[in-house]
Amino acid sequence: MNIVVCVKQTVDTAATISVEQGTVSWGDTPLVLNPWDEFAVEEGLRLREAHGGKVTALTVGPESATEALRSALAMGADAAVRVDDSSLEGADSLVVSAVLAAALEKMGDVDLALFGREAVDSNSGVLQAQVARRLGWASLPLVAAITAIDGDGRAIEVERMLGEGRQRVKATLPAALSVVKEINEPRYASFMGIRKASRVDVPVWTSAELSMDQVDPGVSWLAPEAAADVEVACEFIDVDDVGEAAHALVQRLREEKVL
Amino acid sequence: MDFKLSSEHEMVRKMVADFAAKEVAPTIAEWDRKQEMAPDILPKMAEQGLLGICVPVKYGGQGMDYISLGIASEELEYVDTSLRVVLSVHTGLCCLTLLQWGTDEQKKEFLPPIASGELIGGGAFSEPNAGSDFAAIRMTARRDGDDFILNGEKMWISLSTKADMAIVTTRSQLDKEKEHEGLTTFLVDLHSKGVTTGDIHGKLGVRAGSTGWIAMQDVRVPARNMIGEEGEGFKITMSAFDNGRYTVAAGATGLVHASLDASVAYAKERETFGRPIMAHQLVQAKIAKMHLDYEIARLLYLKAGWMKNEGLRNTLETSRAKQFATYASYEAATEAVQIHGGYGFSDEYPVERFLRNSKGAVIYEGSNEIQTLIQAGYALGSRRDKPLRCELPAYDEETWLAEA
Repeated sequence: MNIVVCVKQTVDTAATISVEQGTVSWGDTPLVLNPWDEFAVEEGLRLREAHGGKVTALTVGPESATEALRSALAMGADAAVRVDDSSLEGADSLVVSAVLAAALEKMGDVDLALFGREAVDSNSGVLQAQVARRLGWASLPLVAAITAIDGDGRAIEVERMLGEGRQRVKATLPAALSVVKEINEPRYASFMGIRKASRVDVPVWTSAELSMDQVDPGVSWLAPEAAADVEVACEFIDVDDVGEAAHALVQRLREEKVL
Repeated sequence: MDFKLSSEHEMVRKMVADFAAKEVAPTIAEWDRKQEMAPDILPKMAEQGLLGICVPVKYGGQGMDYISLGIASEELEYVDTSLRVVLSVHTGLCCLTLLQWGTDEQKKEFLPPIASGELIGGGAFSEPNAGSDFAAIRMTARRDGDDFILNGEKMWISLSTKADMAIVTTRSQLDKEKEHEGLTTFLVDLHSKGVTTGDIHGKLGVRAGSTGWIAMQDVRVPARNMIGEEGEGFKITMSAFDNGRYTVAAGATGLVHASLDASVAYAKERETFGRPIMAHQLVQAKIAKMHLDYEIARLLYLKAGWMKNEGLRNTLETSRAKQFATYASYEAATEAVQIHGGYGFSDEYPVERFLRNSKGAVIYEGSNEIQTLIQAGYALGSRRDKPLRCELPAYDEETWLAEA
C-alpha cells in the first residue's frame, strides 16, 4: 500500500501565546508536529505493518517544517517530502489543499492520504475534504477505525466518529481520510527511527514544479489583537435550597444590571 | 567547539521526556507512597530500547552514544529518580562493564539478553560494612575446579529483587598485602542456588524504586563468568562507577530542572502581599540559582559524555559532574519546597519527593566526600590516571550500528 500522511508543523499547545504589535509570538518554545497528525502517522504505520507498503510524510511549509517530517520519520515513516511554501503568501487551506493535491498527483499511485482531524493553530478541519475533492477521491473525515482495507479490490471500510455515534462507511480507493484520537495510541519515536530521521536528506519541491493552477486564498488574517486582560471576581451564592439559590441569583443579576 | 546538541540528541531528549511524562508521571506519586516499584516500568523501558541505549546493535543494544545515555538519564529523573536508577545499574554498571572488560565471547554471550532488556542487570559492590571503603569488602570467591564459590552479602543494591544478573566484585585472593588487591569481578546469575535477595523499605527517598540486599551462600559461579582477570576487581569496580556515576550526574541535572520548573510554575500562580510571589526578590534569587545550577550541571555532564564518546579517561570530569549536580539538586529541591511554603511540605506537590530523592545521590555512587578526595588527588598531582588494560570503547557510529 502506498500511504501518504499529510502533516503540519504547528505551535506547541503548551506554549504561552502573546501578541505584540499585530504579530503573534510563542516565545522560544519549539514548534512541534501537529498533535492530531501523530494519530495519522501511527495509523499509516499500522497499515504498513499489516499490509506492507510504504509510508511517506508530506508537508507544505518553510525549512523549519522539516522538523515535523523528522518526527514522522522518527516514528517509523519510510520517507518524507516538503513542498516549500515561501511563494505561498497567506496560504489558507484552499491554497494548501491545491498544493497537496498536486503533490499527491506528482507522487503517483497513492492509495491512501491520511490527515489529522485539524491543525491546532488554524483549526479549519477541512483540508482533508478539500484535498479529496480536488483529486476526486473518496472523502472520509473523522475516522475512528479502519475496519477493512483491500488494496487489490480497491475498497475501504471505516467507522466515523460523529456526535450521535459511530457511522460505518464503505468507500473505494484511493481515499483521503482524517483521523480522530480514538483510532489508535501513537507510538514513541524509536532510536532507529531517530537515527534515520536525523540523517535523511528531505527532498524539497517548489509549488512552481507542481502542475497546479493559481489558487487565491479564500481567507485572509487581519492583524491579531491581544484579548484585553479582564479582572474576574467570583462570587458564590451559598444557599442550600435550590429554589432559594435561584431567587438569590436572579436578585444579584438584577442588581448587577445583567437582567 | 560546538555547544549545540545534534538533532538526533534533541529527538532522544524529546522521546524520553514524552515517554516518562505519559507512562510514569501520572501514577508516580502513588507508587512512591506505596514504596513499591510499578511492575510495568522495566518492561516498558525495555520495549522502548532504553535499557540498552548505548550498547552496540550487534550486542543487542540501540547503538546510540554516551551523550544519549546522559540525556535519557536526565529526562527520566526529571519525572522520578527511580527511573534513572534503572539506567544507572542496568546500563551503567552492568552493560558498560561487560562492554569495557568482557572478552569477545563474553560480550557475544552475556550482553545481548541484558542489553535488549530480556534479562535485567545490576551491579553489586557495596556491603553492610563497606561502602566508601570499598577495598574492605568481605564477600569471598573460592576456586573449586572450573567454578568459584561465592559467600557474603551485598547491601544497598538497586534492583536486587528485580535483576536476573549482576556484576559482583568479591575477594578471591586472601593472601594479598594490600586490601584492594585480590579482588575479582564476576557476572552472577541471581537465580543460582544459594542466592537470596530482599527489598529495603523505609528509605528516605527513591521509594518508587527497588533497593535491597543480596546474600550469597555457597553460590557456584562458572570461571568463564569471571570478568577481567583475577585480581582486577578493584580497577573494574572503579571504572564501573565512572559509568554509573555519569548517569547519576545527568539524572541529578534533570532533578534540578524539575525543581526549577515546579518553582517557576508555583511562583507564577501563588499570590502573597497582593501579587504573584515571583515578584518578590528573595523568591527570584532562589529561582535564579536553580536556573544557573541547571546550566552548570548540564555542561559538566555533557562534557563527561563527550569525553566518553572520544574514548578519553573521564574519572575527574565524571566526579565533578556527579558532585556538582547532586549537591545542586539537593539545594534546588530544598528551595523548591521553600518556595511552595506549607504546600511544599505536603505530598500533594512533587517537590517533597524531589527533596527526599535528592539526598540519596549525595550519598551513593561515590559519596560527595569521596568525590572531593578524588578531585583533590588530581589537583595536587597525587592521583594520576594510569592506562587501564581495558578502556571504555570510544563511540564509533559504524561499529555501534553494525549488525554483526
